Amino acid sequence: MAGRTLLDKLWDSHVVTEDDSGVALLYIDRHLVHEVTSPQAFEGLRLAGRAVRRPELTFAVPDHNVPTTDRSEGIRDPISAHQVAALDRNCEEFGVTELKMDDPRQGIVHVIGPEQGIVLPGMTVVCGDSHTSTHGAFGCLAFGIGTSEVEHVLATQTLPQRKPQSMRVTVDGRLPPGVTAKDIILAVIGRIGTAGGTGYAIEFAGEAIADLSIEGRMTICNMAIEAGARAGMVAVDDKTVDYFSGRPFAPTGAAWEAAEAAWRELVSDADAAFDRELVITADELVPEVTWGTSPEMTVPVTARVPDPADEPDPVKRANMEKALEYMGLQPGTPMREIALDRVFIGSCTNARIEDLRAAAAVVKGRRVAEGVDAMVVPGSGTVKRQAEAEGLDRVFTEAGFEWREPGCSMCLAMNEDRLEPGERCASTSNRNFEGRQGRGGRTHLVSPSMAAAAAIAGHFEDIREVTGGG
Amino acid sequence: MTVEPFTRHTGLVAPLDRANVDTDAIIPKQFLKSIERTGFGENLFDEWRYLDEGAPGRDNSARPENPDFVLNQPRYRGATILLTRENFGCGSSREHAPWALADYGFRTIIAPSFADIFANNAAKNGILTVTLDAETVDRLFQQVADRPGYRLTVDLEDQTVTTPDGEVIPFEVDSHKRHMLLNGLDEIGLTLERESDISAFETGHRKRWPWVFEAQG
Ligand code: SF4
Repeated sequence: MAGRTLLDKLWDSHVVTEDDSGVALLYIDRHLVHEVTSPQAFEGLRLAGRAVRRPELTFAVPDHNVPTTDRSEGIRDPISAHQVAALDRNCEEFGVTELKMDDPRQGIVHVIGPEQGIVLPGMTVVCGDSHTSTHGAFGCLAFGIGTSEVEHVLATQTLPQRKPQSMRVTVDGRLPPGVTAKDIILAVIGRIGTAGGTGYAIEFAGEAIADLSIEGRMTICNMAIEAGARAGMVAVDDKTVDYFSGRPFAPTGAAWEAAEAAWRELVSDADAAFDRELVITADELVPEVTWGTSPEMTVPVTARVPDPADEPDPVKRANMEKALEYMGLQPGTPMREIALDRVFIGSCTNARIEDLRAAAAVVKGRRVAEGVDAMVVPGSGTVKRQAEAEGLDRVFTEAGFEWREPGCSMCLAMNEDRLEPGERCASTSNRNFEGRQGRGGRTHLVSPSMAAAAAIAGHFEDIREVTGGG
Repeated sequence: MTVEPFTRHTGLVAPLDRANVDTDAIIPKQFLKSIERTGFGENLFDEWRYLDEGAPGRDNSARPENPDFVLNQPRYRGATILLTRENFGCGSSREHAPWALADYGFRTIIAPSFADIFANNAAKNGILTVTLDAETVDRLFQQVADRPGYRLTVDLEDQTVTTPDGEVIPFEVDSHKRHMLLNGLDEIGLTLERESDISAFETGHRKRWPWVFEAQG
């Protein structure tokens, strides 16, 4: 028998039944819930007189709408307040554990899941949120779902699913200094396109991935959805096991030992075959900056804004022209000369402790450039306290950054944090779509250290030069 | 929730000539604060459709429309079929996107490819996503531009799209999705009928991986 992929193993261990057409009923181990995509699902249950089948496998947190400034007075925006209150009410009524807005552990759903050990290796994980792919970083099958599916999982703890195809992206060799997980995933998306992964679960493998921390792997899997993939995943190794040891919700004692033994199996067999393979050489990778309105519109920081005239495909050319017009950029402009108004360090892509450490290392002892408005929004309350214990908050505030409360914030601008029309922002988030960070706002996606360097310089800089290659 | 069954639909076609139309563009985030399932149609493509910034609860009839946006052109008013380019619906998993499209009146979207989560969400709301190859889509764009009042017939039973000239274009569709759409089935109800299978699986799973069920912080 041919070897099995990690996807095969995760899939096979969660199929309840499968019908003749190949649609499986998949058992869901963890259902994460936030305030934006759940109210209609709870309402659906209520209308049908249904209960939540496994409330103990369901965990909720408000993150998209919450203010990142002082919260002692609650949420000012009445519509946001209403939505968060609806989550509180629904969780109470249906018996779901919720980490409320004033809980010290509150934060972005994809940050707190693994941080608390609520999500553990080997689990099937869903959430009404496309970046659920993040949790694949430690050997989970994790994917985003719509609200009808949220209702389905609440009611049945299962989901009818067709198995995705498998793709392996191998990143061979070692990453050069200054090049991060964010740059790997931007390069992958640049190469295969935002639809390149459609229908696939992508397993990231190779030496450069093994070298990454679990947090770095989360950054990569987080953005697998930006390549169109259903899920991103990385095999379990020592780092995975170490990461979860001692997490608040993780098993202990004999249960831990049994769990660890099971998790260790969660690797693709050496002779497993993938439906598609892509190999990338790490030492060719460089710090990336997006120039357009789709994550695939990315170039090395050393490059120039591309010229649509060089694009032979008319549909692509028209898209490039639209993107440049929206972004207010001229073809041929060196990326390093693009001046910025705002810098945002945050989001479920890059707001964990290592991200903040990387940014702080660049910022330390320097000042944010004149005219640039920069902010750091930690991914969770736990990250925030850890950063404060390490003095990172002072590094940021002394440099002129704002230091905020945790949440999604300006990743999607559903709260008060947003760009004004025409404002240009270096952002560590995951989407540079039109209007994503505020109507008319212009987003350039970068790694945390690149964002920090841009804040100091007032324009993009090559982090390899700023830190002397470190 | 049961959806309206989809069998056959004839309607006016509106061309949205863009690739990678994302769900943020389909329904901007400020409208996601609603806890209802309805009422999103007026804010479909809000940032392209209106010249000012929309806010939830605002009277949209008084807002200045962008005359250049395709859905605002008189010839495309009342369209129920959207013709567009590759990777439609990419980005966020928000089901508010198909809610807005359905509420506006769209029953079918034709494109060379769709983002996975979007296509799933659309089907749950009675919207059929028809995938045709890029050349065919290109040809349809041509025909729509050339002929005001251009209508297509989409037949899910036969899996065909028929043009005004009588050209019949076959399309593939996932058999499960087709079955659910044709019959307007309540998927949750169907799954609940398999309660004994779910319970049996759960018992075994709990034995194998007890820690899944023992999360305590
Ligand atoms: S941080 Fe951004 S991408 Fe992540 S869950 Fe929040 S809104 Fe979505």
